[in-house]
Amino acid sequence: MKITRTFATGAVSLAALLAATTAFADCGIQGAGSVRILSNDFEALRIVNDVAASCATADVTVTANATAEHKNIQGPALTVEPAEYTVAVVANNSIVPLLNDGLIRPLDDLVAKYGQSLQPNQLIKIDGKVMAIAFMGNGQHTFYRKDILEKAGVAVPTSYEDVLAAAKAIKDAGLMEYPLAASDKPGWDLAAEFVNMYLGTGAEFFAPGSAELAIDNENGRKVLETMRAMTAYMNPDYLTYDANELNKLWDAGSVAIMSQWGSLAGAATDPVKANPEVAANTGFAAAPTIGGGTIPAAALWWDGFTIAKNISDADAEVSFQAMVKGISPETVAANPDAATWLVAGFQPGPTAVGVIGNATGGARAYPMQPYMGLLHTALSTELADFIAGKEEADQALADVKAAYDAAAKEGGFLQ
Amino acid sequence: MPHRTFFVFIFPSILAMLLFISLPIVSVVVQSLFVQHEAVLVTVENCTPFGCESQTRVDTEAMQKLRAEKPLGQFAGFANYLNRNHLAVDEISAILSDNQGLGDVATRIFNLPFYKALSFTLVYCFLVTPLAMALGFAIALAVNTLPKLLKGPAIFVSLLPMIITPLVGSLILAWMFNPSGILGASLQSLTGDPTLSLRASPMLTWIVLLLYGVWTNGPFSFVVFYAGLQTVPQDTVESARIDGANRWEVTRYVLIPHLAPLATFVALVQLMDNFRVFEPIVGFSAEANATSLSWLVFNDLVGQDSQLFGSAAATSVITIVGVLILLAPVLRRTWADFNRKAV
Repeated sequence: MKITRTFATGAVSLAALLAATTAFADCGIQGAGSVRILSNDFEALRIVNDVAASCATADVTVTANATAEHKNIQGPALTVEPAEYTVAVVANNSIVPLLNDGLIRPLDDLVAKYGQSLQPNQLIKIDGKVMAIAFMGNGQHTFYRKDILEKAGVAVPTSYEDVLAAAKAIKDAGLMEYPLAASDKPGWDLAAEFVNMYLGTGAEFFAPGSAELAIDNENGRKVLETMRAMTAYMNPDYLTYDANELNKLWDAGSVAIMSQWGSLAGAATDPVKANPEVAANTGFAAAPTIGGGTIPAAALWWDGFTIAKNISDADAEVSFQAMVKGISPETVAANPDAATWLVAGFQPGPTAVGVIGNATGGARAYPMQPYMGLLHTALSTELADFIAGKEEADQALADVKAAYDAAAKEGGFLQ
Repeated sequence: MPHRTFFVFIFPSILAMLLFISLPIVSVVVQSLFVQHEAVLVTVENCTPFGCESQTRVDTEAMQKLRAEKPLGQFAGFANYLNRNHLAVDEISAILSDNQGLGDVATRIFNLPFYKALSFTLVYCFLVTPLAMALGFAIALAVNTLPKLLKGPAIFVSLLPMIITPLVGSLILAWMFNPSGILGASLQSLTGDPTLSLRASPMLTWIVLLLYGVWTNGPFSFVVFYAGLQTVPQDTVESARIDGANRWEVTRYVLIPHLAPLATFVALVQLMDNFRVFEPIVGFSAEANATSLSWLVFNDLVGQDSQLFGSAAATSVITIVGVLILLAPVLRRTWADFNRKAV
């Protein structure tokens, strides 16, 4: 998912290949075989990969490839027989292509045999079968500057209407020229902003049971109107900011309120790397609601692991055990701030309040429909003109529908 | 050379061209004529850490059967070319039959992704190519007059934009043009406008991209023209001088005619190159204001959650056709030259 690119910054795919470690730790893995992990590249996943890699023994080899390109690699790599990787670490969206093509195996047997440390809510069940094991949650939520809000005399915003009011107060008080920021760069980020807010309205993206798009309604217009209204309080370069760039702006102290990934909260308050003045005044809260809605307007994400179908059962068994070790409560206890873990015994720290706030507030998960990716792509290009102020909401929604329809016909989802 | 020797000599090249150029193009053309199988959808109960809900998913087994029978998907003819994300034939005819004047037609056509990309691609192509050639020629003339000692370093520095990987070069310039970067901040203080940002408006974004294009393409023309200048017969130049020609007249009536065939070659290569403009759009994060045909292909294939191979293939074929159309006049001229010489 997106956080990958966000987190990975520079070193993305170069140094990602960890060789099998020579340290012989006893993870109690039964059987012999090879574990080959493909994952996104951000801190929490690197920790999981490292722990799994430490399980290597004379009988079990472990390699891990953490790369931001994982989404592009996973399909072809798991299609070949035997698959290039035994484990694919995925999220809500990246599991869909693997499911569509039947490239991952049901895990019920393995969970019964080796999954004692897993909690029931970690099991991702598709049609009653466990297809993935989730271990961390993520999502975009509010980052705010305590000092600026205090000086402007506004409370922590809980709705987008509050956000706009707070932005106006901050601007009027002369505290900041551009108090807001959002990842509005055309592409994955811009589409994600729309998806987040649209989920917050409670409406559905598609007509029930079909691939027919259903966003051309009052909710869709409300979302676009809010997105446009926020740009009035943003730096004129807002069209070039992705999530990665937002954290830099935040660190420079030039933003008071923004919606940003939970997995980047740790970086924003990092005692070593972050700007100490900003970090000390950074607060986190659940995403705002929109249009009088009651749930945080942000998608909930999970990251989890899947086991490839086209591999031997022996490899599948050792891979599953190594990954369960990688996401074990001990790993989490040793790295509590690296992520919002979904693992037993996790004590949420200050950086987890946003994601947990989203979840307890009833935010909805990023949709897993097989055609959601096509909608995301259509949104990513067709909303550019609207957010740049070059066209109106009705036109933008019509464009999205036209682009989506053409793509969905090509994808075989619409006739 | 006997035909047989010629054939043996050229055979490895022909084989390589067939394998690495012709076959991939054939495969892309075939791919562009197909769309994916009609998806067999089932509604199932999905449970995640955040609760259960019933959602549709693809019936994998049914799909695998379909794919095993017809691996390419459904034959769709030119549907991929004509749909709204490419040539948008239906949309264009709707716009032409019902509009409020020329401005309205233009706005609505450029709202279609393909035509939006095409417009920037063509502008880039036709402005950057001549400007970069002029710049390259000017640098070549200047370097040619330098004393021997300075020539080496001057050539090296002039070549730098070409040595730098385009993506890296555009990233560097993008950061310099950032409002807190050296060029962006200088421009703000020079114009006295603290809100000036070269990335905020479409117009300025295009100008920056075009400047980048000239900067990065100039050195190629420079190298070729500089090499060409070394072949100019000195006695012709000298006799022109004796006849009283000044520097400009020597350039105009001796050097430029001498370099004209080279210019054709450079124009050919540069037009082709510039039609495939891609890296600066990504490097400058300019997707909101400028897209190109190559960027459309990229967007179909990478960076999103699902890939559209048919759509990407159709755009690629249209790009190839575009290159052929662009090159037609130059190729025709080359062909005519060739025939004239043969006779």
